[in-house]
Amino acid sequence: MGYVAVTGGQAAIETANNLTQWYRLKDSDRSLKVEDIEHQMRQLINRVMGEGGLYAPEYAAIAVKQAEGDPAEAAFLMRAYRSTLARNYYSETIEPEKMRVIRRISSSFKDIPGGQILGPTYDYTHRLLNFDLRDENHRDALNQILDHLSIDPKHMSVKLTFQKVTDLLREQGLVGNPDPQEQKPFDMTRQKLTFPASRSARLQALSRGETGAMTALAYSSLRGYGAVHPTIGELRVGYAGVAIAYPYDEKESLYIGEMMLTEVETINSFTLNDDGAITFRLGYGLVFGQNETKAIAMAILEQSLETKGKSPTQDEEFVLLHIDSVEANGFVSHLKLPHYITFQSKLDVLRQSRKISMEQKKNEMRDFKGQEV
Amino acid sequence: MDFQLLQTYNFAFLDEGSKREIRRAALKAVAIPGYQVPFASRELPIGRGWGTGGLQLTLSLIGDGDCLKVIDQGHDDSVNAVSIKKLVQTCTRITTTTDSEQATIIQTRHRIPEVSLRKDQILVLQVPEPEPLRRVEPREKETKRLHAEMDYSSIWLRLYEDIVRWGKITIGPDYPAMANHRYIFNPSPIPRFDLPKLNQAEGLYLFGAGREKKIYAIPPYTDVVPLAFEDYPFETEHFEGCACRLCGSTDTFLDEIYDEKTGEKVYQCSDTGNCRKRPEGRNSNE
Repeated sequence: MGYVAVTGGQAAIETANNLTQWYRLKDSDRSLKVEDIEHQMRQLINRVMGEGGLYAPEYAAIAVKQAEGDPAEAAFLMRAYRSTLARNYYSETIEPEKMRVIRRISSSFKDIPGGQILGPTYDYTHRLLNFDLRDENHRDALNQILDHLSIDPKHMSVKLTFQKVTDLLREQGLVGNPDPQEQKPFDMTRQKLTFPASRSARLQALSRGETGAMTALAYSSLRGYGAVHPTIGELRVGYAGVAIAYPYDEKESLYIGEMMLTEVETINSFTLNDDGAITFRLGYGLVFGQNETKAIAMAILEQSLETKGKSPTQDEEFVLLHIDSVEANGFVSHLKLPHYITFQSKLDVLRQSRKISMEQKKNEMRDFKGQEV
Repeated sequence: MDFQLLQTYNFAFLDEGSKREIRRAALKAVAIPGYQVPFASRELPIGRGWGTGGLQLTLSLIGDGDCLKVIDQGHDDSVNAVSIKKLVQTCTRITTTTDSEQATIIQTRHRIPEVSLRKDQILVLQVPEPEPLRRVEPREKETKRLHAEMDYSSIWLRLYEDIVRWGKITIGPDYPAMANHRYIFNPSPIPRFDLPKLNQAEGLYLFGAGREKKIYAIPPYTDVVPLAFEDYPFETEHFEGCACRLCGSTDTFLDEIYDEKTGEKVYQCSDTGNCRKRPEGRNSNE
């Protein structure tokens, strides 16, 4: 059977599905455990939750397993699953200032109140392939790490919370962004994004944007195709409590758990306010899990969209409509669908135009020869 | 890690051919002060933009007798400096120091040590953005032409517009300067305070930009003139009335620090190696 077999329908689809499962499993003698993916592929899980717009580590792990590790496919699975869930509540505003911090750094000030906390990071790990991982024994490795860390259980129970670094500047009147307004956020999952977008719509689109796309755009702004090259006032990673208004009494709140977040506040070049004061502008990034590059990229892009200019990153539509991994992947991959009709139509136009153009050429040549004679 | 490096990798990490190529780029850079020499920057085990340009210069220059100092923002113990120093040390076994006068090679990010460089010393600067014209022109193809034709009108215009708009040139660190009356260059994000140290200096300054794949140099006894106007002269950072809380210095570059308990603003030398060596600083426990 030839290529027309794409129309073969059900049997072809089923075979294709079975083949992907065959390829997923054929070279192993055991199936990946979802909990291993959830706990040992932390960075991937964080990315998938962020881009999928659903904070559910276990489901993200299932999605990763099902997608054979493709983050875009996994985020897609999460988004599609989330479509099946009712929107029951909006949480109260999360206060990252009160988060249980596991990592916190400032590139603006050497000594910040509370100190810099490196926490878990690959930033200062030399990128040398660790061949020992081939035969890693879980228990031995864990014991070795615990020995190195010499963790004092007493110390572990201390809840680390810190004042925001940018508050230092705010107290001195050196930061110029307008005060945040308490209002019900724009909900991207329930409303169409229109332009100009509100600030909450912008932040939401950025927060679930694709890490790689956002990094590339933010990099372009840093490198010269843009105007934003900030200093990181503070980057913090930690667990923030989430609460909703108590359904039977709006004044009470109900704690529903905590989630890991990365928050970045960047300090940008200064600007002249209406009242004549010259102040720094802050850029803001907040993403699910530990995803620092994306959070920084978000802060850059957010601030870039606030500045006027001609570079791509200063164009709201350009940035917000193109960073979504589900939309971008879907449309680029749709090219694999049959385009027989549209292509036939184009082919026809080409043939017609070609005929006309060749006749014209023939006529021109004849006229030319006629003149010559 | 020591074991793995010694077994698997060459002396100073890079292969000899790569190191030679980088040295040749550096020699060309020395011959044409301020000119950005392209080179095929290698991937290193640290992130692009974290000092890979400086590191490639250091790795290709360093030999058995050398003594290395690495600083970040003036600080020897800053995490990135420690990380880079450790990497060089594990793949070369050379000695290291925190004393800038003991070092033969100093790799640095964002600061030039307070004590002047001697002629037997090399300062390697890590450079994030080598192209001074990037401020006014995003395209590399275009900036290359502007340099070739010595067409610097756009950057002068940018400085002029700054003055019109803000009453001052607003470039803080990485202040552009003219090398040997020919090429405008970025001195890497050192404070303006450090820029005059490059003019008619005794030592060799090498600049490595790994991500942007360029090497350039300010050789000894080269004129380095910061861009400025007669009526708006070049100014360094202001520290009037401030002194280091550890050594009392009033003539060094100071970091602004906030006291944890009182929230009070205090100052401290950014060059920690130099601060520790000063007589008043020696008694301090910092």
